[in-house]
Amino acid sequence: MQAKRVTFGGGIVPYLLLAPQLAITVIFFLWPAGQALYTSLFAEDAFGLSRQFVGLANFVALLEDPSYRSSFVITIIFSVSVAGISLGLGLLFALAADKVGRRAMVYQTLLIWPYAVAPAVAAILWWYMFDPSVGIVARGLRILGIGWNHHLNGTDALIMVILAASWKQVSYNFLFFLAGLQAIPRTLVEAAALDGAGPWLRFRKIVWPLLAPTTFFLLVVNVVYAFFDTFGIIHATTGGGPGQSTTILVYKVFKDGFESLNLGASAAQSVVLLVIVIGLTALQFRHIERKVHY
Amino acid sequence: MVESGRKLTIAAHAALILGVVVMVLPVWLAFVASTHPGTDFLTGRIGFMPGPGLVENYKEALFTGSSVSGFPPVGPMLWNSFVMAMAIAVGKIAISLLSAFAICYFRFPFRVTAFWLIFITLMLPVEVRILPTFEVVADLGMLNTYSGLAIPLIASATATFLFRQVFMTIPDELTEAARIDGAGPLRFFWSILLPLSRTNIAALFVILFIYGWNQYLWPLLVTTDQRYYTIVMGIQRLAAAAAEADPVWHLVMTTTILAMLPPVLVVIAMQRLFVKGLVETEK
Repeated sequence: MQAKRVTFGGGIVPYLLLAPQLAITVIFFLWPAGQALYTSLFAEDAFGLSRQFVGLANFVALLEDPSYRSSFVITIIFSVSVAGISLGLGLLFALAADKVGRRAMVYQTLLIWPYAVAPAVAAILWWYMFDPSVGIVARGLRILGIGWNHHLNGTDALIMVILAASWKQVSYNFLFFLAGLQAIPRTLVEAAALDGAGPWLRFRKIVWPLLAPTTFFLLVVNVVYAFFDTFGIIHATTGGGPGQSTTILVYKVFKDGFESLNLGASAAQSVVLLVIVIGLTALQFRHIERKVHY
Repeated sequence: MVESGRKLTIAAHAALILGVVVMVLPVWLAFVASTHPGTDFLTGRIGFMPGPGLVENYKEALFTGSSVSGFPPVGPMLWNSFVMAMAIAVGKIAISLLSAFAICYFRFPFRVTAFWLIFITLMLPVEVRILPTFEVVADLGMLNTYSGLAIPLIASATATFLFRQVFMTIPDELTEAARIDGAGPLRFFWSILLPLSRTNIAALFVILFIYGWNQYLWPLLVTTDQRYYTIVMGIQRLAAAAAEADPVWHLVMTTTILAMLPPVLVVIAMQRLFVKGLVETEK
């Protein structure tokens, strides 16, 4: 990692400059993460009176726990749906805005603001629209003969939180896809058009491949979002229910740790999440390196 | 020449208009709900048009709260959210500027180690270290304080990397000139680096303000005292009350509108800075 060619002498100065950042990093990040790792190897009673080294038993118990496995499956369904819907719509709107040309800016303003809405707030919006007794969408569905009750029906609840999570994320994907599309040289597209390639063929053979780095980057970002930033969506509305139907992994860590006070299990879950974040971050950085070479 | 394709252009406009409707509709319905008196919800007849209760609802939500469900007024929560968002944005920018300056402009032992330590924070979101971080904050006596709400969140690898990139593009000749003129490191930082990074700082500020305002899990953990509730996490208490016997939907939706108004206005008013900040922090 390079520094500037011209530097200052400084002695103790650089350490003082770094001190606040490093102090916060160590106290609030590294130490707690270490604690989570450490705790995950112990079994502790709820009052913290005794603890006993159990090795990987917490992890084994986790893997054998049907509620954890079902939470894993729910998280996968949730993440794939959220990433799929929000990437798909983001790309669709970006292609349309790119096509519209000069007036794209107006649409951009109208489409990007949901980024600023907190996930929990977005969830309340959808929670209200779908509310079985007062929600306008639920009423509309009833007129169409479709029953809807996310308080009782797990599938309904899962669909509701997926829609809320996707709604908020579309604007982000739209913005990055639009930037990616505008970076594609016009000449390439025009040359293909001269050779007689229609819009669909041009998209498949030129636009889509050139957009691949953006798509990959967004895919990782969206999965990270769906895994970690959606806690508020679940907590503010369904509370993981009905039953277990919307208990995604980050919500389960919280529930087991804070409400059930099952510290060993919660710590083991934290470690599993940690491994997932590390994997995703590594993916993201490999991608950036490739972009630099290219 | 690419065919002008009238049909495709019309389809594009149609798709975009549909998109805008899907984006706006949930918020419009929330706004409509926030203008109807609470009793309207019992009949279940709220449509697409605003009602007559706008002023009363917002007054009730902001200043009195709901006495029936024991919900406090959200006026103070808005203030708490503002304080937290500002503290997080300013704090992150300040300490990241300093560390990027140290990493770029000094050679010292453990420079690379420091860089990696900062890098690691990227991989440790609150969600993976909930309990132990809570314990640390509790041990430090920072529960139910503004410093507890903001300080543990202000370490930032992203901001440090961003400023490092900005500093690397600043020509060395400037540094040499400053040194010949007798400027020490802090003088150089204050009079040359800061002014040159102004737009990057502003762009980052917009993103971080939104990030800070929208925090949910962290305020939920460290505040048990209503006086320190932030509005985004406070809504949940209200919504929980609404889900039970006593529906206060008009207050829930009024609070929802109030909770999203500040960050959304920031994005719309500073669209260019917002887009710049978003694209830069993800590089």
